[in-house]
Amino acid sequence: MTSAEKPRVGMLYSRVRAEEKLLLQAFDSRGIEVELLDDRQLVFDLTASGEGERTAGFDVIVERCINHSRALSSLQVLQGRGAATVNSAHVAETCGSKLLTTNALAQHAVPQPRTLVAYTPKSALEAIEEIGYPVVMKPAVGSWGRLLAKLNDRDAAEAVLEHKEILGTYHHSVFYIQEYIAKPERDIRSFVIGDETIAAIYRRSPHWITNTARGGEASGLPVDDELNAISQAAARAVGGGVVAVDLVEDPERGLLVLEVNYTMEFRNSITTTGVDIPQRVVDFTLDVAERGWDAANGRAEVVA
Amino acid sequence: MALNTVTTSAECPECFGQIQLTEVVQNEIVQCAECGVDLEVVTLDPVALEVAPEEEEDWGE
Repeated sequence: MTSAEKPRVGMLYSRVRAEEKLLLQAFDSRGIEVELLDDRQLVFDLTASGEGERTAGFDVIVERCINHSRALSSLQVLQGRGAATVNSAHVAETCGSKLLTTNALAQHAVPQPRTLVAYTPKSALEAIEEIGYPVVMKPAVGSWGRLLAKLNDRDAAEAVLEHKEILGTYHHSVFYIQEYIAKPERDIRSFVIGDETIAAIYRRSPHWITNTARGGEASGLPVDDELNAISQAAARAVGGGVVAVDLVEDPERGLLVLEVNYTMEFRNSITTTGVDIPQRVVDFTLDVAERGWDAANGRAEVVA
Repeated sequence: MALNTVTTSAECPECFGQIQLTEVVQNEIVQCAECGVDLEVVTLDPVALEVAPEEEEDWGE
C-alpha cells in the first residue's frame, strides 16, 4: 500500500455495539469503507494458506470480537498468515488472562495489588489467609465485573471455593486471589493508544465493583504525570496497541494496575473526556496498516 | 463511500412493540423500549430483527 491509496480495512466482530458503530463512523469520516467480518460466519482452513478466504488481502484488520476465545484464535491465525491486526495476538493473549496480565506487569515492575494463584481449594485457602481478609477472587478469564468475589472471612472463602470447585468448569479451579484495595468508592480507567495515554475517567460507585457495565458512573479526569507513567508502563508490559488500563488508588502506595483490556469499551468516555477516542483508534489502525505494529507503537524491536 | 444505514420502524420479535430505528447498520444491537430485550439488526434490506445472542462466559472486558 502506498500512502496515496486508501487501505483495505476489515473489522472482525461479534455484534455491532455502540463502540463498533462509532468506529465504523470514524472510518467512514475518513472515506474508508470497513469490510465487516462476522465471527459467527468465519471458517478458517488452518491447513491452507488462507488465500481466497474472507479475511485475506486486508491491509489491517481491527478485532472487535466480544468472545475472548474467538478473538484470540482469529488473531493467532491471521497473524500467523502475516496479516496486520489491531490488537496483536500477543496483546489479546496477555490481556485476556488475568494471570498472564499480572505476570507481565510483574515482569515490567508495574505496581499492582499482591496476587497469588493456587489450584486446589486447600492451597487456595492457604493463599487467601497468607494475604489476609478481605481478598478478592476473580476468574482468570472473563470480565464486566462478573463472578468477582470479595471474601471477608474464612466462612465466605470456604463457601466460594467449594462452589467454584463443584459448580464451575475446570478453569474456575485456577484460583486467582488478589489483595483487596480499600479504594475511595472509585477506580480509574485510562486509555492508551500506542505510547500515549489519550484520556482517563473515574468510575464511581458505592459498590466495590465499579465497572460501568455494573452501574459505575463515568467522569473525566486529567491525565497527570503519575497516571500517564503507570498507564504507559502497563500498556508496554502487555505489548502495546489500543488498551484500557484499570487502576485503583491505594492510600499508601498510590496507583496500582488491576487489569488491562484489549477490546476496550469507550462509549461512556468520549463525552466525559472530550477526547474523540474512535478517531484516535482509527489513527492508530491506519498507522499499523502503513508502517506496521512496532512502528505504530513507537518502537523498533519486535514483540512476538 | 457512505456507511450503509437505514432509518425505519420495525416490530420487536419478543413483545411485538414498535421500535424506531435510526441510522442502524448491519448487525447493530438495539434495545426494545417496551420490553427491554436486546435485538440484533440481522438484515437491512428488508430490515429484520432477531433477539441478540445470550452472553457467554468469556464475553466482555
